[in-house]
Amino acid sequence: MTLTELANPTRFLSLATRILPWLAILTGVLLAIGLYQSAVAPDDYQQGATVKIMFIHVPNAWLSMFVWGVMSVASLGTLVWRHPLADVAAKAAAPIGAAFTFLALVTGSLWGRPMWGTYWEWDARLTSVLILFLMYLGLIALWRAVEDPSRAARAAAVLTLVGAINIPIIKFSVDWWNTLHQPASVMKMSGSSLDKSFLIPLLVMAVAFSLLFITLHLAAMRNEILRRRLRALQMLQASKPVALP
Amino acid sequence: MALGPYASFIVTSYALVAAVVLILIVWIAIDHRRVRARLHEMESSGVARRSGRGAADLT
Repeated sequence: MTLTELANPTRFLSLATRILPWLAILTGVLLAIGLYQSAVAPDDYQQGATVKIMFIHVPNAWLSMFVWGVMSVASLGTLVWRHPLADVAAKAAAPIGAAFTFLALVTGSLWGRPMWGTYWEWDARLTSVLILFLMYLGLIALWRAVEDPSRAARAAAVLTLVGAINIPIIKFSVDWWNTLHQPASVMKMSGSSLDKSFLIPLLVMAVAFSLLFITLHLAAMRNEILRRRLRALQMLQASKPVALP
Repeated sequence: MALGPYASFIVTSYALVAAVVLILIVWIAIDHRRVRARLHEMESSGVARRSGRGAADLT
């Protein structure tokens, strides 16, 4: 099935409804495996058991940026290709991305207190992720403020693409500036510096959270398509002539 | 599984992630039910799509 064929919302609904139960099962199984591996992973020689926070903090942090990436591609779809599902995808992803970013910030803070001695520091990485969270909230507010979905979609698409500048800033902030946050230890040119006993559970959790995002995103897109159908029917009903007595 | 002196930070982190993920799942499920119910309500009152197909049909 091509992207053009998926542009038909009815076809998309049919496909999403068929694959959602399987995706949910797969996500549940992988999350269970990941959680078990995280529980039995050894303590770090410096951090002790607090290293277990990494298994949930890092996937949420990765997804906070990945979801904005998905929204940026969808925004291009809205502005350039005018794909009928592009703004549906962008709108449905925003609250999920905001939730992942919130979790990355809070779990990072809870990890930072015992390791750094502080919940928060205005360093480049933490501040740029906080800005990302505020941008998610701004986008959600924009979608709610503009009643006409197509007008809201164009404004949100422009804002999303401007906000995409923040993604490389988040990624490279730890290299460009002297930060309290540690530099990249998994995704780097010289290969991961994590031991396998930490890397494997982390990657399993990252895949599980990515599948969770796909599942929730498809379900939220399905809701948004149905909501637009409802709006169309309400407008149709409102435009019907009223018989006077 | 001993979590050491910072057990409260670890447990709070996992509990918070579980709570937020659960809220997301429940919110999306409730939203789905509510929108479908309103679509059915609209269709049963005689408002139909131009295609004639049910607006709440998923397949």
